[in-house]
Amino acid sequence: MKRVLTIFAAATAMLTVGLAKAEGELFIYNWTEYTPPELIAKFEKESGIKVSVDTYDSNETLLAKLQAGATGYDIVVPSQNFVPILVREGLIQKVGVHSLPNYKNLEDRWKKPEWDPEQEYTGPWQWGTTSFSYNSELYSGKGASLKEFFEPNDQVKGRLSVFQTPDEVVSLANIYLGIPFCSEDAKQMKKIQDMLVRQKEYVVAYNSETMSDLLASGEAIITNHWSGFSRLGRLTGAPIVYAYPKEGVVGWYDSMVVPTSAKNVENAKKFMNFMMDPVNMAMLTENQGYGDAVKGTAQYYSDELKSAPEINPPADLKVFFAPTCSPKAQSLIDKVWTKVMQ
Amino acid sequence: MSDWLPRSAAGRRWLGLAPSYFVIGIFMLVPMIIMGVFSFLEPNPYGGVKPVGSMAAYVKLFFEYDLEDQLVFNPGYINIIFRSFQLSFGATLLCLVFGFPVAYYITLQPENRRNFYIYLVTIPFWTNLLIRTFAWIIILGRGGVIETPLLAAGIIEDSLRMMYTDGAIAIGLTYSYLPLMVLPIYASLEKLDFRLLEAASDLYANRLEVMTRVVIPLCKPGIIAGCILVFIPCLGAFIAPNLLGGGKKLMLGSLVQFQFASARNWPFGAALSMLLLSAVVIMLIFYARAAKKRAAMEGDG
Repeated sequence: MKRVLTIFAAATAMLTVGLAKAEGELFIYNWTEYTPPELIAKFEKESGIKVSVDTYDSNETLLAKLQAGATGYDIVVPSQNFVPILVREGLIQKVGVHSLPNYKNLEDRWKKPEWDPEQEYTGPWQWGTTSFSYNSELYSGKGASLKEFFEPNDQVKGRLSVFQTPDEVVSLANIYLGIPFCSEDAKQMKKIQDMLVRQKEYVVAYNSETMSDLLASGEAIITNHWSGFSRLGRLTGAPIVYAYPKEGVVGWYDSMVVPTSAKNVENAKKFMNFMMDPVNMAMLTENQGYGDAVKGTAQYYSDELKSAPEINPPADLKVFFAPTCSPKAQSLIDKVWTKVMQ
Repeated sequence: MSDWLPRSAAGRRWLGLAPSYFVIGIFMLVPMIIMGVFSFLEPNPYGGVKPVGSMAAYVKLFFEYDLEDQLVFNPGYINIIFRSFQLSFGATLLCLVFGFPVAYYITLQPENRRNFYIYLVTIPFWTNLLIRTFAWIIILGRGGVIETPLLAAGIIEDSLRMMYTDGAIAIGLTYSYLPLMVLPIYASLEKLDFRLLEAASDLYANRLEVMTRVVIPLCKPGIIAGCILVFIPCLGAFIAPNLLGGGKKLMLGSLVQFQFASARNWPFGAALSMLLLSAVVIMLIFYARAAKKRAAMEGDG
């Protein structure tokens, strides 16, 4: 049914192309399966702007693409720890998000965040947490501690899935071992490396895409997962539970920014403003199931979403947002990861 | 004839080929030169390169600074390269074992049916490789096409755990590149004069001898071409190791990708690509030499 709707939306979008020409275009470069077609169709209908969406699979890919001189994108959606890098490398531009009409709708706690203190660059997309999920029919544990992910019991042997890029895996390891984020201390990083090498004996795959499928088929019993993505897996009927370990979880905040090479800056600003309207943002959250940073969205949520455990963490959950690491700390992370992968 | 056209035949030929020289120059040589230059520069910590000359990328192939900043020999990358060669070799062998009989069978068909069979061989190319590789997850995976009936029949009790293994990678690679083995072998078998086979039998060669002493030597160019066509893309393969192998052990292709994305070490990625490229060029030179020698011998005969 969803596919039929998508095709229908695409057809509607095509019919409006004639109209769209006059208002110009908008090129969005976003994470895979992170841009609901119905949202794009609504924006196209309201603004007359023709939108194209291209996708990437990690912050690292986005950065490499922009560094390599990829042009033509008007909106990209990096996580908070990549925003300062993109600013420093001159890859994104100030668009004065704070002066857009709908900026007033942004929740106060998310206004002028530390990665964009003047709110010149970033408009909200989604925020959520990274932890692990388990198949509750195959696993006897309760996901109470990160120990179950990093030092699993034999039930999980050969049936653990870990993300394919080091960023969040190492951050979770930092939380578990009580080592500060972006550590430049070789001894501390060695501890993380040793633990990840030991963990590898339990790993069936390093995967950042099909975690829910792995859990549903039973190929994996525990997988690294993102909160909202885990909910989507659960909604397909698989017994997937998102874990809130006592040590805490990694938090992230993805936001829209405008690359320096963007050709349709005004349209990008229109889209940012559109997304800060609670009706539209609620549509995105309903589709993705992460958290949003816009006031008044909850009234538009479905009952299912309102009660979803993935967006209603326990009150005492510790959420740690990773900062941007120094080149030295980053190269230690890469060394650790290369060692694990050898 | 216009005056500006070159007079000599060689000149005209050059002019005629100019567009292809141009395309090869722009789309092949220039990127390769960029890659070569990048491999001798310093990495920028956040991706890209600094315009500072450095051999660090090539040193890194063999040595590393450990977590305590000591320069030590590091067999890690060599192992990855060796592993890639091993796997490519295995996949090529499997392609040959399955591809040769197919090509031979097609050759034995009446002429009007042959084209149809060749057409069938090319059908997989109509679908994206990524999608075809995903299909193998359904075939090999837990609760997949192979396991489910075996489990139901009670032949096996637990999952066979075929996915996310080296075997799964080899199957994926073999499947991906099998047509590239079949087509060149077929091309050279098609030209085979089957009267030679009869002659060999008349001279008391048994079936095996006909195969090993007549058929295989005569279609050797096709076999070699097929092996090269399969081996080279296997070396740089990226999709099968990641999707079917679970990305647990890096292969050359994934290692290069990792340098450009996560590790943000473009020069090292470029150096690895240069290494891969040299391996390929060496093999092609070998092939060209052998082909030339054979042509010369046939010329003598």
